Amino acid sequence: MPKIKNRDTLISIALVMPSIVAVGIFVYGFILWSLRVSLSQWKGLLPDYTWVGLKNYFELFADPRFHIDIRNTVIFTVVFVGGSLVLGLFMAILLDQNLPGESFFRNIFLFPMAISFIVTGVVWRWLMNPATGSRISGFNQLFHSLGLDFLINRWHTTPTWGIAAIALAAIWQMSGYTMAMYLGGLRGISDDLREAARVDGASEWQIYRHIIFPLISPITLSAMIILGHISLKVFDLIVAIAGKQLPLDVPAIYMWQVTFDGYFFGKGAAISILLLLVVSVLVIPYIYYNLKNEADV
Amino acid sequence: MYAKKFSFTLVSVLLLAAFVLAACGPAAVTEVPAATAAPAATEVPAATEAPAATEAPVVAPSKVEVFSWWTGGGEAAGLDAMIKVFQAQYPDIEFSNAAVAGGAGTNARAVLATRLQAGDPPDSWQGHAGQELIGTYVAANQLQPLNDLYKAEGWLAVMPETLIPLISQNGNIYSVPVNIHRANVMWYNPELLADNNITVPTTIDEWFTAMDTLKAAGVTPLAMGEQWTAMHLFETVMLGTLGAEKYNGLWDGSVAWDGPEAKQGIENYKKALTYVNSDASSLTWQDAAQLVVNGDAAFNVMGDWAEGYFRELGKTPNTDYGWAPVPGTVGVFQFLSDSFVLPVGAPNADGATAWLKVAGSKAGQEAFNPVKGSICARTDCDPALFGVYLQSAMADWSSNVVVGSLTHGVVANDSWKTDINTALGLFLADQNVETFQAALVTACKASGPCK
Repeated sequence: MPKIKNRDTLISIALVMPSIVAVGIFVYGFILWSLRVSLSQWKGLLPDYTWVGLKNYFELFADPRFHIDIRNTVIFTVVFVGGSLVLGLFMAILLDQNLPGESFFRNIFLFPMAISFIVTGVVWRWLMNPATGSRISGFNQLFHSLGLDFLINRWHTTPTWGIAAIALAAIWQMSGYTMAMYLGGLRGISDDLREAARVDGASEWQIYRHIIFPLISPITLSAMIILGHISLKVFDLIVAIAGKQLPLDVPAIYMWQVTFDGYFFGKGAAISILLLLVVSVLVIPYIYYNLKNEADV
Repeated sequence: MYAKKFSFTLVSVLLLAAFVLAACGPAAVTEVPAATAAPAATEVPAATEAPAATEAPVVAPSKVEVFSWWTGGGEAAGLDAMIKVFQAQYPDIEFSNAAVAGGAGTNARAVLATRLQAGDPPDSWQGHAGQELIGTYVAANQLQPLNDLYKAEGWLAVMPETLIPLISQNGNIYSVPVNIHRANVMWYNPELLADNNITVPTTIDEWFTAMDTLKAAGVTPLAMGEQWTAMHLFETVMLGTLGAEKYNGLWDGSVAWDGPEAKQGIENYKKALTYVNSDASSLTWQDAAQLVVNGDAAFNVMGDWAEGYFRELGKTPNTDYGWAPVPGTVGVFQFLSDSFVLPVGAPNADGATAWLKVAGSKAGQEAFNPVKGSICARTDCDPALFGVYLQSAMADWSSNVVVGSLTHGVVANDSWKTDINTALGLFLADQNVETFQAALVTACKASGPCK
């Protein structure tokens, strides 16, 4: 056992070494560097590592723009994650009914995921055009021609809740992916369980409520983590739909503007470290949980 | 299981450290032979034969990379025209157009900042003359003075005197302006004004009265686009309210942002916003300007690059669109200028200088400006090359009081402008004048001249 296994271990270490080095430098090295910059007063093109402690962070917590960012991130995350989960589960249950044409619809639902957020953004920018009157277009025009004028709205230009319109585009893109995850879970549930329940006289709703949903709850957790970290980092979709404007501001856009437009590198680094911390709160327990499960197996 | 995983991680981290250190070593070593090789190579041809020496330098610096944000409309067409002049004069140098798209150059500047920090400057880049260049790049010692080039090319005699101090610091000139744009232009739809019996307003009050009439008639009075065009409107309304002298005072710290004059300007701006199309934040400047020529809105405040765009749409001056200084700014020319620079450490400094010579030349500027829709920074350009609008701008440029634009980098450095942009964004959402003034005071103290 010992000798051959040691050689295998060495070879595997050698094989993963390049990626470990690359990740070590380009991910963890730069995270540490960003942390250092966030504690400095660097402003302007040239680096200035003068230590200012947590000043940049305190300024952010007092910054009304950052408050808007937090509000927008919360609204976006709730609408996007909630919407994707509900829609994804619904589509997965539909596809799980073993109807003809299943693989066709499965692919259709999954396709949006293959598109980049920028492309989605450009398309939805047009669909959600808030213009009315003679310049009406997109969804508003559709509503108008269907006689559903009460549905015509300002989409992402709605005060306060505009960010939820952006989340609609994100749901369109990611619900197919959520569906694929759920479908995998549903297919993993043995038919025996359903049949046993039916024999015991359970209704279809009771089967889903008491058997299927509990069994796929780990998938809900995985999906929430994956969708959640996407929504915390959202940037490209918003910029593609609405540009960099304050009502739809999120931390990533603020970080971009203070860093690259205003050269406040210390403040920009502070925003990115805060983003990292929030994402970590979500992701680290999940990784820990997965590692623990693997170790147990 | 856990202990094993941990020790594996530890080993990898140590190995990683070793790799990093090892990687630093050879890189430093390889640079040395490169440095020594160069002088050796030049010595050899000198000793043996001359033709080899003249051939060698021609092959090496054959490409000049010029960075700009001219990617669409009249801007890109103007750049192409100037590139043609360059290629005719310097057929040996390959021109590499490194343009980055994005409103008013915000994306391009971000890419540029990253490249400069990485020590990888383009050979030359576009920058707005004024504090944008001085406050950012000159302050960081990224630019070479061009005084010798100005003397050799005789540009001091042909460029406006008022322009030189704005592109200089401590007597050193840092950029070659290609063009002059006017920011305080109000575009209007002549037909809509005639239909509603409105004469072109010259004061802010006349403007508001006219827009009340239009609003009552069901016409969108004022077209505006996304947030930076709101800042453009802001600076012109401030200028229209305060006048040239006090407007300049806002930027040198002698007029307070929380004072009564600034307050009046912001109140006027707030009122102007009530006439704006409801979908403003979803429109680009082109979309907003197009509303006027399409008859969907009566007025639009935008720099005179809009004129190049109107021409591209096939519209006729004075028929499809008219122009006037923004009300309250008659006799004032709020300018901005695109200019090109010579960075410290340009990979091909000779190529960059060749580009700057074309950019400052009569031929280069006469090729660029009529197409882009701007006037020459030189005063000796032929007016016959320009359209009706630009001829009127040339006349105003030589006779008006000149002030600088905020949105386009003349009066405030980038950090100050970013803070103003945030304050303005909050104001657009909450419309609170006092909060806006307080934020503007903070911004001026943090990055401007205010104490």
